[in-house]
Amino acid sequence: MTENPEKSENPEKSMEPENPEKSMESEKSVEAVEPVGTRRPEIRIRDLHKSFGDNQVLRGIDLDIAQGEVVCVIGPSGSGKSTLLRCVNLLEEPTRGQVFVGGTEVTDPDVDIDAVRRRIGMVFQQFNLFPHLTVTENLTLPQRRVLKRDKARAAKAAAENLERVGLSEKAGAYPSSLSGGQQQRVAIARALAMGPRVMLFDEPTSALDPELVGDVLAVMRMLADEGMTMMVVTHEMAFAREVADRVVFMDGGVIVEDGTPERVIGDPAHERTRHFLSRLLDPARAQVEEERNQGLTGGSP
Amino acid sequence: MTDPTAQPAPTGASAFEVQPKKKGLTRRQKRGLSRGVQYAVFVAAVAALAVAADWDRLRNQFARPDIAERMFPEVITLALQNTVLYTVSGFTVGLALGMVIALMRLSSVGPYRWLAGIYIEIFRGLPALLIFIFIGVAVPLAFPGTEIIGGTYGKVALALGLVAAAYMAETIRAGIQAVPKGQMEAARSLGFSPARAMISIIIPQAFRIILPPLTNELVLLFKDSSLVLFLGVTLAERELSKYGRDLASTTANSTPILVAGLCYLLVTIPLGFVVRRMEAKAQEAVK
Repeated sequence: MTENPEKSENPEKSMEPENPEKSMESEKSVEAVEPVGTRRPEIRIRDLHKSFGDNQVLRGIDLDIAQGEVVCVIGPSGSGKSTLLRCVNLLEEPTRGQVFVGGTEVTDPDVDIDAVRRRIGMVFQQFNLFPHLTVTENLTLPQRRVLKRDKARAAKAAAENLERVGLSEKAGAYPSSLSGGQQQRVAIARALAMGPRVMLFDEPTSALDPELVGDVLAVMRMLADEGMTMMVVTHEMAFAREVADRVVFMDGGVIVEDGTPERVIGDPAHERTRHFLSRLLDPARAQVEEERNQGLTGGSP
Repeated sequence: MTDPTAQPAPTGASAFEVQPKKKGLTRRQKRGLSRGVQYAVFVAAVAALAVAADWDRLRNQFARPDIAERMFPEVITLALQNTVLYTVSGFTVGLALGMVIALMRLSSVGPYRWLAGIYIEIFRGLPALLIFIFIGVAVPLAFPGTEIIGGTYGKVALALGLVAAAYMAETIRAGIQAVPKGQMEAARSLGFSPARAMISIIIPQAFRIILPPLTNELVLLFKDSSLVLFLGVTLAERELSKYGRDLASTTANSTPILVAGLCYLLVTIPLGFVVRRMEAKAQEAVK
């Protein structure tokens, strides 16, 4: 990961921007020299609401994610972060509000959602590989059926992306014979083979044994370094701190805090964020403090 | 049965004084006795049947080698072949129709769901025999001049298919619903349309799940093909049951019925074995 040839696309990530002439060689060079803030947003979310029956899960979300930006969404379970992610590619239909991806309004009822989804890769907590297909077929079938690529082209993209996630030797295996971490890397490769502009990750490491988390995070870090626009719902604070350009903290269906990882994780401005982080990082101490607070206030909120 | 060593030995030193049962049997003795009685009843029943039956007459009526010999090879080349043909054509129609009805049942369009539900309730609730009579009598009456394509074969395929479709639709629906929701979500997130995701991703997985019950349905259809009897068939269209019965009446002997029965078992027993193998394999795959 030290000498990445595509690193020139996102100089904002490296401390010293590289030689601009070198970055001109890459196809996205014009965008690459712009800083994150001024780039046009790849994902735009405006006043997004989502209810399941009487249960209001999202209560007005506004969020912009620039091209090449990596945004980690954190928050307690039930805060609506997964629902927010699923609204971006319309796996959940918002009750109100708008979502734009790459300038196309996803929430427009007349939009061809299948065409939009081709440009949005998604990685699920439960991997969701197709168990009746081999690893290679998992990568080639969507390309052939959805993108209408011919056999050779699909096979080439499959091989390239398996190589990227370091699983070329598993090409002929069935998903059930792979570890959870390997399955998740195949799932990432499957999404990448479609050539997405944006990648969504829905708690990609939550279903993994702790010793398998690292490999998946390494692949995600590589993608971030290559300049992929990423929206990641995660509980991995170390990953968020190291890789994310921005961290968004959600609670109760609203965005409570939005800023650099150093600010949101290192020095949270809101009590709710502090409370969440302390519970996540040191559950035992949080428990003691909670009980002491309740003792002081007599148990009332 | 009564083994004195089976009684717990009295141990005065034990802190928990096990009270030796004063009367009645120990658990082990009861279990032994129960099993012994079951064996005794079984042996007695078999013996009574063997003694009571008139074996000579039975053999004369059902197992005359000379008559059985006369049935070959026609019972295989004609009767069994027709039975298989009827079954396979009925299964094919049933599978196709069952798939359509299963998808209608899962449709988001209300009337489709209702229609599929009504179909399933009606055709599962009616005896297959009535449906055969309906196809044989009512359809020609209602649409005079029209012939069901394929003659008798077409009629049988239709009648068996109509019955099988109702059962298969429910099986297929259950199989589709047994595929995890994440599979559809993954397919949709890759840009598959709902129909394409169903065809490429969901249905292939559903069929793995329902292969054993579908094979069972094939066995049922194989037996139900005997109802062809009620359609009126030519000599060349006879299947096992009809063939056996015809021969039984011309020879005034029931041996052909027995031979026909054995021919059914020749197919159903191996199929049943295959189903159990598939179920065991599916069970293993889950682990």
